[in-house]
Amino acid sequence: MKSLEELRAIKAKMQNSVQLRGVEDEDSVTRVVVGMATCGIAAGARPVLNKFIEEVQNRGLKNVLVTQTGCIGVCRLEPIVEVITPTGEKTTYVKMNADKVAKVVHEHLVNNKVVDEYTIANAD
Amino acid sequence: MIRNHILVCGGTGCTSSGSQKVIEALNTELANNNLQDEVKVVMTGCFGLCALGPIMIVYPEGAFYSRVAPEMIPEIVSEHIIKGRVVKKYLYTDTTDEKGIEHDSLSDTDFYKKQKRVALRNCGVINPENIDEYIAYDGYEALGKVLTEMTPAEVIQCIKDSGLRGRGGAGFPTGLKWDLASRNKSKIKYVCCNADEGDPGAFMDRSVLEGDPHAIIEAMSIAAYAVGACKGFVYIRAEYPIAVRRLQIAINQAKEYGLLGENIFGTDFSFDIEIRLGAGAFVCGEETALMTSIEGNRGEPRPRPPFPSDKGIFSIPTMNNNVETYANIPQIILKGADWFASMGTEKSKGTKVFALGGKIVNTGLVEIPMGTTLREIIEDIGGGIPNGKKFKAAQTGGPSGGCIPASLIDTPIDYDSLAAIGSMMGSGGLIVMDEDNCMVDIAKFFLEFTVDESCGKCTPCRIGTKRLLEYLEKITEGKATMQDLDDLEELCYYIKDNALCGLGQTAPNPILSTLRYFKDEYIAHVVDKKCPAGVCKSLMQYKITDACKGCTLCARKCPVGAISGAVKEKHTIDPAKCIKCGVCMAGCKFNAIIKE
Repeated sequence: MKSLEELRAIKAKMQNSVQLRGVEDEDSVTRVVVGMATCGIAAGARPVLNKFIEEVQNRGLKNVLVTQTGCIGVCRLEPIVEVITPTGEKTTYVKMNADKVAKVVHEHLVNNKVVDEYTIANAD
Repeated sequence: MIRNHILVCGGTGCTSSGSQKVIEALNTELANNNLQDEVKVVMTGCFGLCALGPIMIVYPEGAFYSRVAPEMIPEIVSEHIIKGRVVKKYLYTDTTDEKGIEHDSLSDTDFYKKQKRVALRNCGVINPENIDEYIAYDGYEALGKVLTEMTPAEVIQCIKDSGLRGRGGAGFPTGLKWDLASRNKSKIKYVCCNADEGDPGAFMDRSVLEGDPHAIIEAMSIAAYAVGACKGFVYIRAEYPIAVRRLQIAINQAKEYGLLGENIFGTDFSFDIEIRLGAGAFVCGEETALMTSIEGNRGEPRPRPPFPSDKGIFSIPTMNNNVETYANIPQIILKGADWFASMGTEKSKGTKVFALGGKIVNTGLVEIPMGTTLREIIEDIGGGIPNGKKFKAAQTGGPSGGCIPASLIDTPIDYDSLAAIGSMMGSGGLIVMDEDNCMVDIAKFFLEFTVDESCGKCTPCRIGTKRLLEYLEKITEGKATMQDLDDLEELCYYIKDNALCGLGQTAPNPILSTLRYFKDEYIAHVVDKKCPAGVCKSLMQYKITDACKGCTLCARKCPVGAISGAVKEKHTIDPAKCIKCGVCMAGCKFNAIIKE
């Protein structure tokens, strides 16, 4: 270790991987909840979950917590993902896949703009 | 990509309740489900709730599972990890309401709510065997800051301003100690870490070393820079194998990263640490005995002066600090002296770690701001006394400390308040006693310990403590007189004044404090020949009451054949044969046997 910069580089690299263990300010967290019951998994929720985690880490988004839940109820629309903002606004995306995840992360989580075309309101 | 972290406690408490088997079961189960690349299993240090071990926490949900058995793992993996449904029945009950619904985050539970984790901040959070995780939580940043931005004098001033006092028990101001050590102009100096934790029931230092060993390495490096030392020793007892192993791993990793060795952070500061194992003698926690032991000699204390800051290990000026004291240092440097001084009371700043033991629900490790009352620790954090018994006294400071009676339960915990009531902070053992504990017996227990552990170098301690124990034995056997009580007290003060080191000087404290607060119990033993708590065997006997149905169970169970009587008639116990083992009372289905 020859300099503080070297130390901070290791820190930055590691912080992504320990970020899962809680964020500093619980109140400013946006939660991404992926339905992972049997119906969700059968419809392909696992690649969706993994894609979310990958995108969030790659973009270094702080204050975003990707987690999972059981059956949300509308099994025919799985994989279902709910995005809950710190103020409690909930957006429900349905029939998700890895490509749609990229768009949701980019538009909703980064630019704070709901991707209307994927929401449950616009499901067929 | 990792989506879940599963943290499993690898402290000594949870290891002995089987956390390694839980980790193995997790790894197997995750591999069976092909999840090994998505879920990371991390072994950490102590979470504090040792009574409920093994502890396991799953992130990002933060689900806190307690008493985890390998058999539960398949269910937890298939429900929680695969399907996202937390297995509520296995959660720590304080995080759920009566319907089993999770309502509280861990920091809101009674056990954690009043705690403030500074020295323990990384315990149960990071993997202690991975230096990168320590760095991710600001590790070695304080060392970097000190070496590149601060002069040794500034470091010492910062520690002085923080008000930190030695956590080994005596409470000497740490900044002043560093200042004195820095004034010695010797070219070679040592720093030393006292990890010879010997109080019965105390495991604070062990938990810090097991859960956050890099913090000690970093703090010792900072101390070495401040006082101008080039080498450090950690004296740790060989009875702490997990702590020793993790500290050695940490030292090796720090060397690999160049955080120990030559020219750290590109400066001309060089420092190295060596571990020295102790054989577990209590006296080696005394600093001069500790240094004698490091030198390879028999662990015996020597008179001071010369103080270690002038003549320490191998006659080199040495500065000694306790593990917990060191654990606070990096935080003070990073967050500032004001931050640290904002916690605690006027003369006792910061937090203190206590090992809660004895008659208490939540046996474990807690860290509280100084000034928290004993009541808050016992009733709120500790969950009170089990089995509906009444709180009688708390013992702090181990064999050197004293008992705090129930009437003083609202005493704030800080160095000066505890000293004022005849106890001491000590290293942090806190043993809770209920109405079934006999205070004379407690004093006897601690004296047995000091008699065993006295090194024998000075007469007051070697012979005096033995005589004290004999008085106590006489009292518990009902053979003592009131004159003996007076003689006992006088001898206590004589030993306090004349013993060579801290061990002997404080050895009478358990007697003096119980005499002060529970004199009536001593008198009951001496005058009435009774033990009010029913502990001292010579002073009590088992009797069979009229509730006896003559089932003969006790007569069959009695190992010495002391019980006789015909079937369906009341039995009797022959006091001459009875060895007072209590088997009859424990076995009686009609509660017909009493002790008095």
